Amino acid sequence: MRELTVKDAINEALMQVMEADPSVIMMGEDIAGGAGRDDQGGLDAWGGPFGVTQGLVTRFGRERIRDTTIAEAGFFGAAVGAAMTGLRPIVELMYVDFVGVCYDQLLNQAAKMRYMFGGKQKVPMVVRTVVGAGFRAAAEHSQALYPLYTHVPGLKTVAPTTPADAKGLLISAIQDDDPVIFFEHKRLYMTKGDVPENPTPIPLGKASIPRSGKDITVVAVQRMVNFSLEAARLLDIEGIQAEVIDPRTYSPLDEDTILESVAKTGYLIIVDESYPRCGLAADISSIVAEKGFDYLKGAIRKVTPPHTPVPFSPPMEDFYLPSPQKIADAVRGLLGAR
Amino acid sequence: MTETMLAQMYRTMFTMRTFDERIHQLAADDAIPGYAHTYFGSEAVATGVMAALEPSDWIASTYRNHGHAIAKGVSLNAMAAEVYGRRTGVCKGKGGSMHISDFDKGMLGAIGIVAAGIPLAVGAALTAKFKGLPWVAVPFFGDGAVHQGVFHEGAGIAKLWNLPVVLVCENNGYAEATATDYHLNTKTIADMACAYNMPARRADGMDVVTVYEIAKEAVDFARCGGGPILLEFLSYRFSGQYEGDKQIYQPAAEIEEARKRDPIKVFEENASTRGLSEERLAGIRQEVKVVVEAAFTYAESAPWPSPEETLDDVYVSYL
Repeated sequence: MRELTVKDAINEALMQVMEADPSVIMMGEDIAGGAGRDDQGGLDAWGGPFGVTQGLVTRFGRERIRDTTIAEAGFFGAAVGAAMTGLRPIVELMYVDFVGVCYDQLLNQAAKMRYMFGGKQKVPMVVRTVVGAGFRAAAEHSQALYPLYTHVPGLKTVAPTTPADAKGLLISAIQDDDPVIFFEHKRLYMTKGDVPENPTPIPLGKASIPRSGKDITVVAVQRMVNFSLEAARLLDIEGIQAEVIDPRTYSPLDEDTILESVAKTGYLIIVDESYPRCGLAADISSIVAEKGFDYLKGAIRKVTPPHTPVPFSPPMEDFYLPSPQKIADAVRGLLGAR
Repeated sequence: MTETMLAQMYRTMFTMRTFDERIHQLAADDAIPGYAHTYFGSEAVATGVMAALEPSDWIASTYRNHGHAIAKGVSLNAMAAEVYGRRTGVCKGKGGSMHISDFDKGMLGAIGIVAAGIPLAVGAALTAKFKGLPWVAVPFFGDGAVHQGVFHEGAGIAKLWNLPVVLVCENNGYAEATATDYHLNTKTIADMACAYNMPARRADGMDVVTVYEIAKEAVDFARCGGGPILLEFLSYRFSGQYEGDKQIYQPAAEIEEARKRDPIKVFEENASTRGLSEERLAGIRQEVKVVVEAAFTYAESAPWPSPEETLDDVYVSYL
């Protein structure tokens, strides 16, 4: 085992899967960069805006690592068509916020091809996309739009927090026969952790429990897992043992792990970076209220951003995001009411 | 072109006409659930284009798919059963008239969103090029679709990557209830290919032989590595946008004029010079009527899906 960043873990997963399966191709905007200008030595100039796909084009060539035009609807649709006919395309949506220009190809095409036409089609494609606030990138490059995809039957949604999860879940996503949206958090790319060298898939639909505790269950979404672990350390000093659950995939969702934890602790807080209305926190809250009501000793609490777009200015963006302090406060508030 | 081929084309066109006449009646009688869109007037387009394709070639269809499906060889029984929402329908009752599509027959889908099938075909063409397979991919779309972003994005990507795509526009004169001569900025749809440095042909879509010849040339061009090509076929929509549309925006004189170019009539008028006797055509018509009638009889007594089948086929696997 060695330490890798999330970014490098994703790169390694892509390298290993593409090495093993020649039907995997990638399409996206400047996932290589410098396309068509060999004379300027620009090949692999970017490796994507965050450098995640660096080195892939030099290893696999331009037939498999395809820089596209800035035409997300066009190449997303092409990915759906290619997936149905025998390839395993991975497409990159540079920022999750850009989904507005190509949503039909996910909502009505990728997600419906199998169901609507009698179960003959398979759409084994992966959309890799970047989410999250904290980059001072304002309202159109900072959103955490997990619910827009999780809401849609026919799509699967995956959001890793740790480097090992990023690698293992991406391998599973690419090997999966259904369309999978794979969220990468821009503020997690440089976080480090142990990652196995072998390409070991982690099954979709299985939560992890990065911290066990008996007093309260904290279900957290992607970067919010790390905030919640930090909050749990603060609370530990005060004698509160918080259990932190990372669902890792939102569709399918590992309801059992969440419900078992709530059965043990009796209290639930959900920490989400997406908007509060019709968001993941609201969804998980409703599931627990419906299926685990008798376990609950208090109200379910959500820690989410306010129902506003993501602001630019640092004091406003910091106010907007949940934080370890806000999570710890919510726990204290809930348990203090015991 | 052989007589057998011509006879087959007539059979295909007449099957489309007969099938949709049944649909028209059933919709008027409120005997089938949901929306239905008939193909009256464009029969020569699907028939001529499909005659130029190999069975392994892909098409992407639309909500106005009955003609495409028939020409691609989809079972009439399964089509009729789908219209009725029966379990033995081609989509197991999940699609209905708007989504008749059989993947096993080379249909990527019958898409209800205008123009959205175009990039799907581009993707199938990418698979063909990437794997070195001899497939051509043909998205069908109407004149209204050329204003959609995915028409332009699909055309752009297909040209950039030199993919075997034959873009087939059925210019039937109307985008829903809006006339083509109102909505088009360019003089023709074929003109739009200029922006993509793509060849284009514009031709009479009412004569199946013309359609076939143009399509054959285009399909050969795309298959041999020439890249994408845009075909604009001029047809007419005798029906409304959907069954039940009162067509008050279509002048009666215009419909009357277009009826003179009815593709089936055009074929029949030219049949004898092409070596097909009226007796032969009459025989085909009789056979078609029997087969279509049998399909609807089959469909009427086909089993309903159980309500629980709602839950099937959302995913290949889920948890």
